[in-house]
Amino acid sequence: MDKQSRSAAELRYIGKEDREYPGILRQYERMPAGLYVKGSLPDPGRRSVAVVGARNCSGYGRTQALQFSEALAREGVQIISGLAYGIDTYAHQGALKGGGATFAVLGCGVDVCYPKENYLLYEEILKKEGGILSEYEPGTPPLSWHFPIRNRIISALADLILVVEARKKSGSLITAEYALEQGKNIFAVPGRVGDACSAGCNALIAQGAGIAWSPEVLLEELFSGWQSGKEAESEKAAETEDGRTAALSPEEKKIYSCLESAEQPLESISRESGLEIRKTAAALTNLCMNGFAVCRVPGYYCRAEDWE
Amino acid sequence: MFCSVLSAEIYGVETVPVRVEADVSDGFPSFSIVGSVGTQVREAQERVRTALRNTGIRLPPKRITINLSPGNLRKEGTRFDLPIAVAILSAMERIPAASPEGLLFLGELHLDGSIGAVPGVLPSLLLAREAGCSGCVIPASNRFEGRAVPDMQVVGVKNLQELLDYLKAGSLPDWQEETAGEESAYTEKVDFSQIRGQEAVKRVAVIAASGFHNLMLSGPPGSGKSMAARRIPTILPPLTEKERLEISGIYSIAGRLPKSSPLLHMRPFRSPHHTISPAALCGGGRIPHPGEITLAHRGVLFLDELPEMRLSTLELLRQPLEDRRITISRLDCSVSFPAEFLLAAAMNPCPCGYYPDRNRCTCTQQMIRKYRQKLSGPILDRIDLRCDVQEVGYRDLKGGGEDAVSSAVMQQQVMHAAEIQKERYSRESWLFNSELPSDALDRYCPLTDEGERLLSRAFSSLGLSARGYHRILKLSRTIADLDNEERIRADHISEAITYRSTGQNG
Repeated sequence: MDKQSRSAAELRYIGKEDREYPGILRQYERMPAGLYVKGSLPDPGRRSVAVVGARNCSGYGRTQALQFSEALAREGVQIISGLAYGIDTYAHQGALKGGGATFAVLGCGVDVCYPKENYLLYEEILKKEGGILSEYEPGTPPLSWHFPIRNRIISALADLILVVEARKKSGSLITAEYALEQGKNIFAVPGRVGDACSAGCNALIAQGAGIAWSPEVLLEELFSGWQSGKEAESEKAAETEDGRTAALSPEEKKIYSCLESAEQPLESISRESGLEIRKTAAALTNLCMNGFAVCRVPGYYCRAEDWE
Repeated sequence: MFCSVLSAEIYGVETVPVRVEADVSDGFPSFSIVGSVGTQVREAQERVRTALRNTGIRLPPKRITINLSPGNLRKEGTRFDLPIAVAILSAMERIPAASPEGLLFLGELHLDGSIGAVPGVLPSLLLAREAGCSGCVIPASNRFEGRAVPDMQVVGVKNLQELLDYLKAGSLPDWQEETAGEESAYTEKVDFSQIRGQEAVKRVAVIAASGFHNLMLSGPPGSGKSMAARRIPTILPPLTEKERLEISGIYSIAGRLPKSSPLLHMRPFRSPHHTISPAALCGGGRIPHPGEITLAHRGVLFLDELPEMRLSTLELLRQPLEDRRITISRLDCSVSFPAEFLLAAAMNPCPCGYYPDRNRCTCTQQMIRKYRQKLSGPILDRIDLRCDVQEVGYRDLKGGGEDAVSSAVMQQQVMHAAEIQKERYSRESWLFNSELPSDALDRYCPLTDEGERLLSRAFSSLGLSARGYHRILKLSRTIADLDNEERIRADHISEAITYRSTGQNG
């Protein structure tokens, strides 16, 4: 049995004095005396980004978390998050999609999967050479005050913090505060003015956080001299977009152009497109079946991103 | 001297003829009532004795025996006061022996000799007509119900004196000709044209009404879910004469017939509160009374805040939704009430009501999941259609209502589809597409080639279950009927898929 698969199943304790203990944590105060680990620890030789944000996120937040994490993971960046609902979940998912390793720092024992709905994700993280970390003893229940505290480890492990969606008073802002104390770079995904879910992010930007308007911004920050073939890529993307939609009927095209990354109900799509309800409904089903639209919340539709 | 008079008792919604027999004979003075009677009937002897005395008739010091036959059926209520009085009067030879013949009597007596209203007059009158009676004597306050049965003489009496006059001399009380409140006094003032915008809801309402599909309205508070549901009866096909008598009979039994009008003109709309008890919803009591689902028979049962209803109450709906009837068994009897209703349910998408608008909704995923889990799968399985009701924008609220579709226009579409179904299912036991059994789907739901292809693709790409597949077929059948198409087209199917009750991911 090779080392990787053995360690994935096993639960280890790594004390501060161990050679394996992440060096990056030694630099800061108030770090745990030891970590319980399932799977592996972040590779110090590679760059890491902490992706954090609201549990109750919007469709926009979901899209951004998935896209940023995937793009970063594709470039070999390790994604660190907290396995919570919402942005955390999508950050891990995006990283796995991008074929990268991802690490979850929990507010409970590493053998406790909280929330339990994320069990499959928990397994997947371990299977894909990632790790589950915690400062709490195995079997510790998820207590509410553990979570803000564990955020300091999330920020400490990362080279850069990306806040995807945060309300005015949000746990993610606590992480950002730790990150500031630790002297890390903070980036926030900008949101629309007036969007409650993005108020925290916009406030961070106002305070001087970096504006994460595309994954390349972060990559440039992480890898000096990083060059993207972005322009060529976006042209290519536009081309494929046209090619993809060519097969659609004029009505379906019209509906598709009205779809956004945020969920919209049938009624408003019909109104925006100016098509009757019955035609809108029929077109939406076809778009869903052909992978142009998704219906995640019953009765609500949004544009399917190409990674879906 | 012996005499027998016809009356009727009600079991559930069935009316059973009851003969009230009186015997006045020599012996130790006594007054007894037999024939499996309840306390209310037994108490009749005090009311009858006193009411007769206050009308100037003293009971002789004789042995009076009353029997209500058939003796094995339990009898309750005060409706037998009047027939008991008539039977005694006849046995005492105070009225011509032949006078009560061919008449049915119903009514409650008061101590001063006046006659009070009783429930269930209308079905009793229908029974009398079937039994070949020439007329009925009923309380004056119930006389409007008598108008529903025009081909029979129905006499309303206010007190025992009027009864005596009628039976002795055949003279009708002089107020009999007085006109009742106009029938049009009971008209519906609600109309779909009062709802601005909300095109999706209107479309779904038409489909639901056409195929009698149960539907679920989901949306934030104040978006008009109840308003839309309230208007569904206005687009259902008008009641036929038979249906009118049927539901008016039920309302008569429940004592809920409007005072001014003998018959219901609109399909019923019942919206019980979500704290309703099981007995009030489905019917109950020692002698079972109809519950809300029976009062909603041939109309709409609207259950607002469905997830807030107690699970035990909600689960009771399973049998009536399947069998279109509810059977209630009690110690003394087992009765079956009709319950063919269109279920319109409403719920918020999450506890606060604004999901998935995350600007306003702060519910956690757990809260939302927990809220939705309150709805049991078997109930959701019986809801074919769902629609998300949106809050109305200012433009719609302010804009003129002249382009809003009226109920009358929508009712035309519904009636057209109902006509097609009536013809198609003329030799079947069901009436509507929603009732299509799965083994008949192939026969009645022919698809175009394109429709076939779409459905097979949807089956795999949307992960449909067998039940979901059947539901989509039934819905598509109704949508195609609205289009007057025999074969179901691809666009009918894809529209139906949009309205099914679950999202792509569960």
